[in-house]
Order: sequence, then structure tokens, then C-alpha cells
Amino acid sequence: MTISQIIEILNAELLTPDADCTREVHAACGSDMMSDVLAYVKDQAVLLTGLNNPQVVRTADMMDMVCIVFVRGKQPDDMILRLANARGIAVMTTDMTMFTACGLLYEQGLRGGVG
Amino acid sequence: MADDAIRLHYTVPGDDFTRAGEASADLKSRLKKLGLPPTAIRKVSIALYEGEINLAIHAHGGDIDVEITDDEVRMTLSDDGPGIPDISLAMSEGWSTAPDEVRSLGFGAGMGLPNMKKYSDEFDIQSAVGVGTTVKMAVRTT
Repeated sequence: MTISQIIEILNAELLTPDADCTREVHAACGSDMMSDVLAYVKDQAVLLTGLNNPQVVRTADMMDMVCIVFVRGKQPDDMILRLANARGIAVMTTDMTMFTACGLLYEQGLRGGVG
Repeated sequence: MADDAIRLHYTVPGDDFTRAGEASADLKSRLKKLGLPPTAIRKVSIALYEGEINLAIHAHGGDIDVEITDDEVRMTLSDDGPGIPDISLAMSEGWSTAPDEVRSLGFGAGMGLPNMKKYSDEFDIQSAVGVGTTVKMAVRTT
């Protein structure tokens, strides 16, 4: 699944216009606890979260994640977007809840990866 | 200690949680430039990032010393914070003394030390209440 497809499935707004949306995403992780995210390594993953602070980007960066989805309409601030841009991480926001967003991506074939 | 080792030092501030992770991000970038294996870089990054978060949350900041040799990355995290009364308890997954404020930031789930051990090939922690804590981690790169 590509980042563009995620935008479409989640009816999301892309907040990092320069991101390469043709990149493939192979796994997904949905959590507001960054330590739980750090416990499970996945390749080319997307992180779905309702947490809205710079540590979300830092966590995604450490995990080599390629995309962050803020659920429930969360709007990250400029600092978060600058951090993500500098690391080539695509950031988007969707009005959907975590459960619905994860469910729709799962329905379309995305899985949780190892762990 | 190898003579041709690369040595780095970072200071982690204890009063600005938003900056926790800067050292890990810098080290990750340097290791990439050195061409180390991606798996090893990820292990180092996650282990050090959790350590940085711990320094910021629990110890009011601290110091990180890194030594990069031909076959490993060795990290020493030291602080003069409150110390850990029961290390075996602190190493249990899910056990945490982090306040609600920290939990609201996405940490304090009791996974920090377990994750640091999980991603390290060598892990050692020494702590004394009222004195501080020293964590030593090494990740093999060959």
C-alpha cells in the first residue's frame, strides 16, 4: 500500500506536501504510547496516533517509519511538521478515530507486522 | 578501548522534554554516514532514545558518552538523579513510577528499561538511591 492510498482510504489531509507519497508502506502500528511503538520493529511502517507532540516524530524516526497519521483531527504544530520534513516522513491528519482508521487500513490489506 | 574509536558526548537537558531525542537523532545520522548496518543503527537509536527519555523524565537530565569502534557502538548514560531503589522491579515490563504528566506525553508505560535491554547486545545498570544511575549498553555492528 502506498502513502497516497492511505490518504485516500482515511480521507486524510497531507500536511507535508513535499513528502514522496509513492512510497510503499508494509505495516502499521496504532498507539498513543510511544514506548509500546518502540517495542515492535517493523519495516516501512505507518504510525497512527492521537498523541500530538514532537516525540511522535522522534519515535517514528528511530523506527525508520515513513508515515504518521494523526487521528481524531489532531493538528500537529509547525515544530512537529519541520521535524518530519527534515526526516522525509509524511504526515497527515484524519477526522477518523483510531479504531476506524486502523480498521479501514486492515480491511484494505495492511497488517501489524512482527510483534 | 580502541585507539581509533570515535568518541561523542551529549548532554541531555532535564527541563525540556521536547528536546529529548536530539542526541539519538544526531547519533543515528552519524552512524548512517559511517555506513553501519541498518539493523544495528536501529537498535542503537531505539536503545539510546529510550535512555534519553529516561534521563529527561526521571533524572532531571544527564550525560551520554558514545564510543564507536570497528565492531560495536558502546553507550554510557549517567546521571546524578534520585536513583532506582529496586532495579529488578524497574526492569519489569509495565512497571513505572512516571507521573501522569509524563504518561500524557506518550511515555511512562514501563517499557523504557526493558526496551533498552532488548535492543542491546550488552546491558548493565548500576544505581544508588540519592546518588544516581549509570547504564551501559553495547550494540555489535559486525
